[in-house]
Amino acid sequence: MARHSVLGAVLVGALALAGCGGAKVGDTSSGATGDCGTFNLAINPWVGYEANAAVLAYVAEKELGCKVTKKELKEEVAWQGFGTGEVDAVVENWGHDDLRKKYIDEQKTAVSAGSTGVKGQIGWYVPPWLAKEHPDVLDWNNLNKYAEQFKTSESGDKGQLLDGDPSFVTNDEALVKNLNLNYKVVYGGSETALIQAFRQAEKDKKWVIGYFYSPQWLLNEVKLEKVKLPEYKAGCDADAEKVACDYPDYDLDKIVSKKFADANGPAFQLVKNFKWTNEDQNTVAKFIAEDKMKPEDAAKKWAEANADKVKAWLPGKA
Amino acid sequence: MVAVAASSGHQPRLFQYRKSLILGGILLAWLVLWVVLRNVGTLSLGAADLTPLHRWINSVNDAVGASRNSNPVFLYFFNEIRLVIDEFVTFIQALIAQPSFGRPVPVIGWLGVVAIAGFVSLAVAGWRIALLAVAGFVFLGLQGLWQESMDTLSLTLAAVAISLLIGIPLGIWAGLSDRAHRVLTPVLDFMQTMPTFVYLAPLTLFFLIGPASATIATLIYAAPPAIRITAHAIRSVPRNTVEASESLGATRKQTLVKVLLPSARKTIVLGVNQTIMAALSMVTIAALIDAPGLGKTVVKALQTLDVGTAFNAGLAIVVLAIVLDRVTTAATERRKLPRWALFGGAGVTAVCVYLSYTYLWAAEFQTDVEIGSSINKGATAVTEWAQDSLPVLTGGFKDFVTFALINPLQALLAESPWFLVALVIVAVSFMIGGVRPAIISAVCVALLIATGLWQDSMITLASTLVATIMVMLLGIVVGVWMGRSRRADRFIRPVLDAAQVMPAFVYLVPFLALFSASRFTAIIAAVVFAAPVAIKIIADGIRAVSPATVEASTALGSSSWQTIVKVQLPMARGALTLAANQGLIYVLSMVVVGGLVGAGALGYDVVAGFSQGQLYGKGLAAGLAIVVLGVMLDRLTQAAAKRWTN
Repeated sequence: MARHSVLGAVLVGALALAGCGGAKVGDTSSGATGDCGTFNLAINPWVGYEANAAVLAYVAEKELGCKVTKKELKEEVAWQGFGTGEVDAVVENWGHDDLRKKYIDEQKTAVSAGSTGVKGQIGWYVPPWLAKEHPDVLDWNNLNKYAEQFKTSESGDKGQLLDGDPSFVTNDEALVKNLNLNYKVVYGGSETALIQAFRQAEKDKKWVIGYFYSPQWLLNEVKLEKVKLPEYKAGCDADAEKVACDYPDYDLDKIVSKKFADANGPAFQLVKNFKWTNEDQNTVAKFIAEDKMKPEDAAKKWAEANADKVKAWLPGKA
Repeated sequence: MVAVAASSGHQPRLFQYRKSLILGGILLAWLVLWVVLRNVGTLSLGAADLTPLHRWINSVNDAVGASRNSNPVFLYFFNEIRLVIDEFVTFIQALIAQPSFGRPVPVIGWLGVVAIAGFVSLAVAGWRIALLAVAGFVFLGLQGLWQESMDTLSLTLAAVAISLLIGIPLGIWAGLSDRAHRVLTPVLDFMQTMPTFVYLAPLTLFFLIGPASATIATLIYAAPPAIRITAHAIRSVPRNTVEASESLGATRKQTLVKVLLPSARKTIVLGVNQTIMAALSMVTIAALIDAPGLGKTVVKALQTLDVGTAFNAGLAIVVLAIVLDRVTTAATERRKLPRWALFGGAGVTAVCVYLSYTYLWAAEFQTDVEIGSSINKGATAVTEWAQDSLPVLTGGFKDFVTFALINPLQALLAESPWFLVALVIVAVSFMIGGVRPAIISAVCVALLIATGLWQDSMITLASTLVATIMVMLLGIVVGVWMGRSRRADRFIRPVLDAAQVMPAFVYLVPFLALFSASRFTAIIAAVVFAAPVAIKIIADGIRAVSPATVEASTALGSSSWQTIVKVQLPMARGALTLAANQGLIYVLSMVVVGGLVGAGALGYDVVAGFSQGQLYGKGLAAGLAIVVLGVMLDRLTQAAAKRWTN
């Protein structure tokens, strides 16, 4: 019995001694927050979005004293959160006419808060080496000529058109059919699948053509080239089955919950005023994706270098 | 029928022979008809096309969403459940993970948590496991992932606690009542095979975004093992034990508490173990609806294809899983600790908890000796090496398997007219299992057609079968090796554990580089996840073959090969069929992950349904089709197993 109590005493003593030297919990206190209250910001899962959100969160916390709660959600779930009051803002929205109809027009739980200033493009892309060696691949009229080269184990006797992230609208099956292309749409199923395919294609000079979009951080690393499709004209994509034209340019915008907009607090005004450029977003996205900075740090770095832009977003300034 | 088979020895063999002949005939007829009727009546549906059923599900989903704020069911039922669960999880998080009660750190800091983990392990599992637990938890801190790990642990503990609270009573009920068992079994099948992606978005509608939804998503998947294994445990208590107790005049309640539960205890703890493992395998998926913890780290890292960071976080999940697994497994054996150790341990633990409450150094894990970034760099280097040097080889292998195996099978299943495939399935089911399996298969086929996704189901079925064949090959080779060598077992088992709980997303990135976006990549991912289960079951089966039999065979001069093929494998028949059954089910549970890497078909339908509102109904239908495929294959393999092992 004695042995163990000695052991125990030694242990306890050692621990206690070690403890006495340390700082005590609660020695430092955190700063107080301002009158902004809590700002629930959805974080959709791509880097460009994260760049928008990080900068907004940084400014909201630093300049307005808001308590920013970031919620990592897919688009569908984030929009649903407008109604349940758990999401205040989505700060980069790619079209999503179905969600607009449901939440803005029908349920009236969301409203648009204007453009982010960033232009989005969807289309078919090829790796740079291919565009350089066979420049005519960049015109859809020539695609059938190359179908043989684009063949893979998944596309049978046709060329493979790799589709990716199901989060975005795709007309590719209709396009292939209506433009009489000898291609098969293969569903990669995720952005990861697309990025890996393009990376490998550029590195090993492989033939890949696939659905992609800009702005996207990969384009900083691999400068994919867009294939020209028949020009987009308003209404040419009205009938999903008869689409035979390019995707429209997207004016990426911000969506906020109706309650958040009606309350018209400082955080809402910040979101409403927030506007920057593709270049700005790419800069922050590069900090995050390539330089592996934390989003907070990336936002801080950008905001400090662009104080004038940030100032223009603050409530009462615009 | 049974009597005939039992009475004479040669008749079953003749019967077997005739059966193979008939099966061969069916296959031949199928091939001929396939040539004639190829691409007729395949019931194909384009990626963007919907059926009326899909549209109807969409409208129901929309209606539920629109009425959320006025519907009393939401206001008074779901909200209450959500509140209770939210409070529960937040409380555990406040204890060990998140700054709480106005403090900048949680109530119990790292030192306290490590001490508690060590002490609990010591009390239930002994010294060696306690050391493992302490080392494991400290490792989490050294990885630089202390808080994330504790968030994950909080959520897992909450989900497991609720699962057991519901699961064990239900399991006991299903163990005692045949009717309850019959009703519960399909419900549990449904819970386990319905892809989480299908109900993730609706869950946030019912229970809002937050810990409650994440916990419920986890427990839907994690509770069934607890229920099943508890029921199984109660059912396998020997009849005569129960009869003895009853004849001594015990009431039902007394029999349950004094006889059934104590004898079933060991197996029930195994159920707890399986529930914990299942809960941990949901960590990444729950992160998609903002569940805190390691899953978020994985998901975020993968947005930039940062395999190193994702692997580090995945490894933390593996460490948590191995510690929790070993502790609960060891807890099945009763042990008595000397009183001094118990009291001493409690004392030290109390001191550690106090220190971690009071002092910063014991509250926040100091990352002076951080190994997370080294793990990160190592994983990145290995991945890059593999991606740079292997694709030529692996690409060739992919093409070979695709053209030799996947394409022919898929052509046969997906390009035959539906009625032909349906006929073949029902006929084969009858040949394998008799009338009942044939009826079940017929119903399943009808349901598949009703989902409007017949052709996608057949494509998925083809890939599933190929993956299961690969799982069984691996299972037999590695399982026999492990079953025959203790040392091999010791080395391989942790790798198997890791493969089972490492989030698939982590290894999918290099797989995509090696095999590009293809059905084969999806198959490989499924094999990585499903093979460990099959291997473990076969290894245990081989080991269970009585040593005396093996020795006799060796003494008669059989070579190792002969002993394996003529003695060990045939005697482990039960394990082999169980492995095939479990392998199939595990492969099916990876269908959706396959959809993320190029499998297309049902997996893609589910993923797309999760991402796009107008495809929601189709995604749900695809989820149902996966469940139906699962039930059909499960019942079929069980029927086959029954025939074969009897």
